[in-house]
Amino acid sequence: MTRPGSEGAPLRVAIVGAGPTGYYAADQLFRQPGLVAEVDMYDRVPTPYGLVRAGVAPDHQKIKSVTASFDKVAANPRFRFFGCVELGRHVTVEDLRKHYHMLLYTTGAQTDRRMGIPGEDLKNSHAATEFVAWYNGHPDYRQLTFDLSQERAAIVGVGNVAVDVARILSRTPAELEKTDIADYALEALRASRVREVYLLGRRGPAQAAFTNPEVKELGELADADVTAVPEEVELDDLSRAAMERASDRATQKKVDLLQEYARRAPSGKRRRLILRFLVSPVEILDNGAGAVGGMRLVRNKLYATDTGTLQPKPTGEFDDLPVGLVFRSVGYKGVPLAGVPFNDKWGVILNEKGRVLDPTSKQPVVGEYTAGWIKRGPTGVIGTNKPDAAETVACMMEDLAADRVLHPAEASREAVERLVRERQPRCFSYQDWLRLNELEVQRGKETGRPRVKFTTIEDMLAALGRR
Amino acid sequence: MTIASLLARKGVKVVTIQPEHQIRQALALLAEHNIGALVVVDPGARPIGILSERDVVRAAIGDERGVFDKPVSALMTRNLIVGVPQDDLTSVGYTMTEKRIRHLPVVEQGRLVGIISIGDVVKAQRDQYQGEVDTLQFQLIADQEKPVARA
Repeated sequence: MTRPGSEGAPLRVAIVGAGPTGYYAADQLFRQPGLVAEVDMYDRVPTPYGLVRAGVAPDHQKIKSVTASFDKVAANPRFRFFGCVELGRHVTVEDLRKHYHMLLYTTGAQTDRRMGIPGEDLKNSHAATEFVAWYNGHPDYRQLTFDLSQERAAIVGVGNVAVDVARILSRTPAELEKTDIADYALEALRASRVREVYLLGRRGPAQAAFTNPEVKELGELADADVTAVPEEVELDDLSRAAMERASDRATQKKVDLLQEYARRAPSGKRRRLILRFLVSPVEILDNGAGAVGGMRLVRNKLYATDTGTLQPKPTGEFDDLPVGLVFRSVGYKGVPLAGVPFNDKWGVILNEKGRVLDPTSKQPVVGEYTAGWIKRGPTGVIGTNKPDAAETVACMMEDLAADRVLHPAEASREAVERLVRERQPRCFSYQDWLRLNELEVQRGKETGRPRVKFTTIEDMLAALGRR
Repeated sequence: MTIASLLARKGVKVVTIQPEHQIRQALALLAEHNIGALVVVDPGARPIGILSERDVVRAAIGDERGVFDKPVSALMTRNLIVGVPQDDLTSVGYTMTEKRIRHLPVVEQGRLVGIISIGDVVKAQRDQYQGEVDTLQFQLIADQEKPVARA
């Protein structure tokens, strides 16, 4: 059998998951010298871009500008998109193995980690990711409701998702109206009675994951005063020593900024955003009616592990926060895909440098690969997925050269098209998306917003004149 | 970024050896798996030492023949520095460089869960910086172009 990759017999690759990693991988496949590749990209939702659309905060439009480079990849005539097609529901791994030489899973980290404390499942205690997907208009999350009649909310975590949630809760309707936040979320937040928002970090200010621009942004909110507890933003000796030996100026700047927030006098803004450090929730308290009535925190102090990482340990001193709404943002993990080996320990697809491994033999499964957060876990910025995808694509090229690829019975674009249309008649193409994009932007222009998103499959079909 | 994100893409294979095994067997494992060090574990899978190719090279000088029959316990490094999955790569990279450690066993509740090399750390940091530069660049470009709405 001739090796695929030529004009007459292109290398056919299915990419499952239309987020940044999927696009980076497709781009790298198209750029391989001497290789002719055809890429079909699948996504569970009708629209592409993954977390750039459904995760990146609506008040961070600039970050979303990366999609222009994704559209360039999608403009390649050998690229196709099948939106609203879910692996394990509309098509199976077996189906794909019959139609492609290689499968690449780039499904991301779709669920959040739990805190593992009592009261976590009380009413008004949520995963931050659900709130994020909700305000970003993800079709699967739009029906959720959040009790924004509560006056105090706590967000557990100080990573960028936690900071996004804190900002969205603290912004004024006028600030939010300029974004592409989902319409229903804008209405709900307009009526919000939240006055105090707590961001809780288990380690000190020097170890907080948020970046300096993110911290700075918190100090510039239109109608929310930011503050911190002075003794919690003091540098301990271990942190100071770690920063000095690494001459870490960025972290020093972050700490300076946080100390400045702690000294700031309230300027009389309507809301307060309170940054707390060296505290861990130990229990979410019941208000007597099965909903969040407060949160018990333990104060932490830092210790150094063997490698010099500063980690928190509880002191036995407690502190109660009178909050009625809780969002946890303490980490994310991948969701297993039907028929794909999973590594439960790290919450990723079982893999070595992106080659999917058989759980029994620990040897690569021929023709199956992974990249992005579902390969290495949720770390880094959008661009970090580019070198990560490159590592996987390099493995794919090595395997292609050694003829370790699938030899599908029906290796044609037409056969796939028939299969997908039969299994999911509501499937969305890239042309459909480009049209929806135009319509969303158009709707936005009428109200002075970057776009007004379609948030249900029915609305999207109707907008396209389909049903 | 933590050690966990490095281990996530390294499969589940950790090549170990017992202290009573011979250096000959250790070398065979190093060659077979194309690696530079073996974690020495007790019967409860707790790491008690590490044996690197360098340990063997040093011992072989002046004792070319005897070295192969020696037990691993005779050459291994005993005062082991270990990582935990939650360790930050920044401090891990610093400590490995300062203490000249090329392979770091990773433990959880005393049990070995993986091993990372200084090369793994350097690659992860390089990828992180590359990713950040890339992300900053497209934001700069977005600043220069006229603002267009994006998803």
